[in-house]
Amino acid sequence: MSEQPRHHDMGGRRDGEIERAEHVYDPWEKRVDAMLRLLSSEDRRLIRVDELRRGIESLPADAYDAMTYYERWVSSIVYILTEKGVVTQEEMRDRIAELKANGVGLEQGK
Amino acid sequence: MTAKYQPGERVRVRTDRPSGHCRTPHYCRGHVGEVERICGDFRNPETLAYALDGLPKQPLYRVRFSQADLWPDYDGPKTDTLDIEIYEHWLEPPA
Amino acid sequence: MTTTHDHGHEHGHDHDHTPPPDHDGPWSDFQYMEAALRELLIEKDILTADEIRAQLERMDAISPAMGAKVVARAWTDPAYKERLLADGTAATRELGIEIEPTHLVVVENTAEVHNMVVCTLCSCYPRNLLGLPPDWYKSASYRGRAVREPRAVLREFGTELSDDIALRVHDSTADMRYMVLPRRPERTEGLSESELAELVHRDAMVGVTVVQGP
Repeated sequence: MSEQPRHHDMGGRRDGEIERAEHVYDPWEKRVDAMLRLLSSEDRRLIRVDELRRGIESLPADAYDAMTYYERWVSSIVYILTEKGVVTQEEMRDRIAELKANGVGLEQGK
Repeated sequence: MTAKYQPGERVRVRTDRPSGHCRTPHYCRGHVGEVERICGDFRNPETLAYALDGLPKQPLYRVRFSQADLWPDYDGPKTDTLDIEIYEHWLEPPA
Repeated sequence: MTTTHDHGHEHGHDHDHTPPPDHDGPWSDFQYMEAALRELLIEKDILTADEIRAQLERMDAISPAMGAKVVARAWTDPAYKERLLADGTAATRELGIEIEPTHLVVVENTAEVHNMVVCTLCSCYPRNLLGLPPDWYKSASYRGRAVREPRAVLREFGTELSDDIALRVHDSTADMRYMVLPRRPERTEGLSESELAELVHRDAMVGVTVVQGP
């Protein structure tokens, strides 16, 4: 087949040696995972795993490569939930601004 | 749904080029393999991904390919294989 | 943990209303996204902080030791092994492990066959059995190469496979999840089931390594 596979469709690429280093997941990464599992549970069904995947697959290739695994996840969850109107872009933008204004996540104040 | 193909039967993966979400890797499209087992009926990820219900369910197969068939430059033994889960609507008879 | 934004503490150490900081450095944009999303979902009564905490506890309780227990049981109980290979989901449930909503396929390594698992499209992994996947499993190089030059990949993991062993790669693309049942090492006849389980590690259940004897 001549057409190029989409970026996430990586089978057959030869990207060099496998980096064996591992990291212990940060609490925020685990919370992203926990939220996805809860949002996709039988009783909520606010997001399906295939929707999560679609959101991740729609990232431009350079963004996909630059982001870590759970960065892709949280971006996709927000993308899908804004698509559905569960949260809005304005709410997200305003809340992030408030967090920053309150010093949450800054180097000194943590 | 009754599965159209049985274990041991040879099948070809369609060469469709969907622009949306799908779970059939590019590298196996157009290749012929053999049904290893029938996994059961599952919702279709191609519509689930767009907030639809994924119905009707699709029979899901594990299809076994010879590595030498998939990759012309495969340098391992001829006995090496690759198993992939593929939904029925992606399969067709090999002829 | 109702909101972090309405009590206006500045640079204090009162974190009653915020989760503990994850890094000493400033947050990335994505950490802000996580925090903002979580707060909004809680405020909208879609999730509760307790549910998130309980989910984290469930996740933290899952580790490769659970898979090792399954392997050791299969090594010591031929009838169990038969059930495990026939229906991994049901056989792991016998040991109190819940795989659903995904389904478990267990593939057995023998003197003639070696199995390894990859997910080329994303990073499907038997999380309910082994916990969260290692970074290398999610890397572009593993996802790309494991199907194309699996023997070279195995060599990087220190696993040399002779040509008279057939290598079966399993690309985990849909609703099944995979666990490799490694070969029981030689000279382990005297070991108990729990001693055997201690020999079994995560990478052998993904199929990139083999289990070594004691």
